[in-house]
Amino acid sequence: MTDLRIELPGLQLKNPIMPASGCFGFGREYSNFYDLSKLGAIITKAATGTKRYGNNTPRVAETSSGMLNAIGLQNPGVEKIIASEVPFLSNFDTSIIANIAGSSIEEYVAVAAAFNEAPQVAALELNISCPNVKEGGIQFGTDPLMAAEVTAMVKRVSDLPVYVKLSPNVSNIVEMAKAVEKAGADGLSMINTLTGMQINLKSRKPLLANKTGGLSGQAIKPVAIRMIHDVSQHVSIPIIGMGGVTSAEDVLEFLLAGASAVAVGTANFQNPFVCSELIDELPSILDKYGFSSVSDVIGKGVIV
Amino acid sequence: MIKKVEMLISQRRIIALDTVELTLKNKYISQTARPGQFLHILVEGHSLRRPLSIASINKVAETITVLFKINGPGTKKLSEYKNGMYLDVLGPNGNGFQIEEHDNTILLIGGGIGVPPMYFLGKHLVEQGKKVISILGFQSAGHVFYEDEFEALGRTIIVTNDGSYGEKGFVTDALRLVEDFECYYTCGPLPMLKAVTAKLNDCSGYISLEERMGCGVGACFACVIPTNDHFGYKKICKDGPVFHSKEVSL
Repeated sequence: MTDLRIELPGLQLKNPIMPASGCFGFGREYSNFYDLSKLGAIITKAATGTKRYGNNTPRVAETSSGMLNAIGLQNPGVEKIIASEVPFLSNFDTSIIANIAGSSIEEYVAVAAAFNEAPQVAALELNISCPNVKEGGIQFGTDPLMAAEVTAMVKRVSDLPVYVKLSPNVSNIVEMAKAVEKAGADGLSMINTLTGMQINLKSRKPLLANKTGGLSGQAIKPVAIRMIHDVSQHVSIPIIGMGGVTSAEDVLEFLLAGASAVAVGTANFQNPFVCSELIDELPSILDKYGFSSVSDVIGKGVIV
Repeated sequence: MIKKVEMLISQRRIIALDTVELTLKNKYISQTARPGQFLHILVEGHSLRRPLSIASINKVAETITVLFKINGPGTKKLSEYKNGMYLDVLGPNGNGFQIEEHDNTILLIGGGIGVPPMYFLGKHLVEQGKKVISILGFQSAGHVFYEDEFEALGRTIIVTNDGSYGEKGFVTDALRLVEDFECYYTCGPLPMLKAVTAKLNDCSGYISLEERMGCGVGACFACVIPTNDHFGYKKICKDGPVFHSKEVSL
């Protein structure tokens, strides 16, 4: 019997599979397809201090083996999320990881503090890497000093373990990871999307209303594997890996690279059942490659 | 409820310039789909599904007909699928058209690839004993499709942008040819919907919107539209694609 369980700060996961933030809303729509209790965890869509409308449409564009998105952190605001979305998700036997974002350190701190009042939430994912908003997000994710500061401030107010979500849009991701680890991060999640653009040949204009967007999907998987591989050798906190995961073989590859759990994003759009299917398929793939538990695999592909 | 199903392609026809009609077999969707709903179709090698409005259903034969225009690599690839092949489909998605019991004469206004959902609706309205008038706009004579099908439902006015068939101009130019109606339904490109809703501002009407979609089920917030109340929004894939003409801000 293959053991899929994995223990991370604040999280005792029955399996390492979770939908990634922003690709699963607050779970309601996908709960019509399968029982969300099957999931190791759910990372909710980003919460900000007040409600946000987000960017104009078009907000998505297909690319080769992936897609660009520029949603712009649309959400109803943290209070409404705690009042109406978290209670819905707590009907399921799975861990809730709340993604939080802001335009300023004060907003991040306020959102983090608000989740102290939501006992159903097991951990925070600190989104310092959204490439699609003008203020907040990415500038905290590209400067190690700012990343460390927002991490430390959030850690100071929050009762929950904090996983910092790193951006790949940096020249030295190891430096970013070490900075937030030193500032008190309990874990990392990586990678967020890569900034990209697509130009429509007929209109000669960027296809997305926001001009640029975040590239996700299978196209970015090798970037994610490389970054997780590098970072895992320089930090001692666990990594939730993500970036183009589509198959159980991909899950194995992320674990080998050094991730302790794996989030699935864009693949939910092609196949709403993908997380459920990966959980079903993972034992036989682990077995095929000679592993009897998820914890056995973590980092086994790392070349020191 | 949306299900993920396999649909057998039972017929494939080129019915106008760059315009393909697929007849798909599936029991669940053929029995449950309502006018205005759409299918979200996975095309091999493409990461985002394609939303296609349902043009008609046949409950006896258990088939669903969809139409699409070849407009890029995804729809080109879809046009190359053959009879007997299967498509991976989510459906039926969206809310569908709301039909008011008290309306007796209905105006349908379709533009280009916005025409197919008007046909499903028109058939349904005629079955309910209502009178249907249709204005259908196309780019040119070569793009015209379903004229006979709409004629069978009621009076039909064809408009082409270049005047190569029917009336010349836009669907809004043909509104003067239509007598009294109690409600209108429209689907087509955004500039057309803006013109139609502006011109028929005093009438009760419903619009069906299209937008680039991510998940197609309401989770990803890719296809939102602002509402006319303050700072509200609707998800086109889940709350729509059909809205009351006064509900959303085009």
